[in-house]
Amino acid sequence: MEIVSYVFMIIGGFFYLLGGLGVLRMPDVFDRIQAGTKATTLGAFSVLLGIGILNPEWLFKALLIIIFIALSNPIGSSVLAKAAYKSSAKPNNLVQDDLKDSLGGEDNVN
Amino acid sequence: MKYVATFLVLFGVYVLLAGIVVQELILGAVISLALTFIIAKYVNYEIDNKLPYRILVFVFLYLPVFLWQLVLANFSVARRVLSIKIPLNPGIVKIETDLEGDFGKLLLANSITLTPGTLSIDIDGKNLYVHTIDVKGKTPEENKEDISGLFERLIGVIFK
Repeated sequence: MEIVSYVFMIIGGFFYLLGGLGVLRMPDVFDRIQAGTKATTLGAFSVLLGIGILNPEWLFKALLIIIFIALSNPIGSSVLAKAAYKSSAKPNNLVQDDLKDSLGGEDNVN
Repeated sequence: MKYVATFLVLFGVYVLLAGIVVQELILGAVISLALTFIIAKYVNYEIDNKLPYRILVFVFLYLPVFLWQLVLANFSVARRVLSIKIPLNPGIVKIETDLEGDFGKLLLANSITLTPGTLSIDIDGKNLYVHTIDVKGKTPEENKEDISGLFERLIGVIFK
């Protein structure tokens, strides 16, 4: 059981590493948010599950934390992305931009 | 009914966090009861006789698909991050959703964010604006099928 939990933790750490690397390597704000959100979500799941398996008393707490992360992490990244868009931090390599018409593009900067 | 459901959820969370000890159970019940009266008027669950069916669909159909997509998403991020020249073809596309109800839309937006290459940015009534690393479809319908088709059908079963 111990080995399984350490494997989970190592996998989680690896995805955290990838998330950090993604934030460094991706060229623009939205791609960075994407890399950050996904990798850290699975990383956190994996580490918490590893802790839960290592110490079964904490398993339910770990599952509860996993549920909260699954609900809050994507919301946070959506809000960040929207804020980035509204403050014109958008990249110029977009091949398509449907949001422009909805928000009125550059004129709508608050 | 609404009060009972709220109380059960709060009490369940408390017990999971505190563990099963008599004093904790009593304190948890008192606190949950007090909180129930404060927040029950802000929640709007719909409780009907199809609830067990919906929970079954959620646990056995939605969750496995979601977790599988999350793992796929991480491998796609890994592939992109570790390749020498990062392959990108990004864009923001509009997706029309047929789901109604706030919780269904929240679940859909969260699912889209955690699946490969997509990030929901904004929602405005029926329209969901999604940033995607690789724009595949040419028309809105193609994009919709590509990004949210599967989840939309699954969540449609749970929240009609």
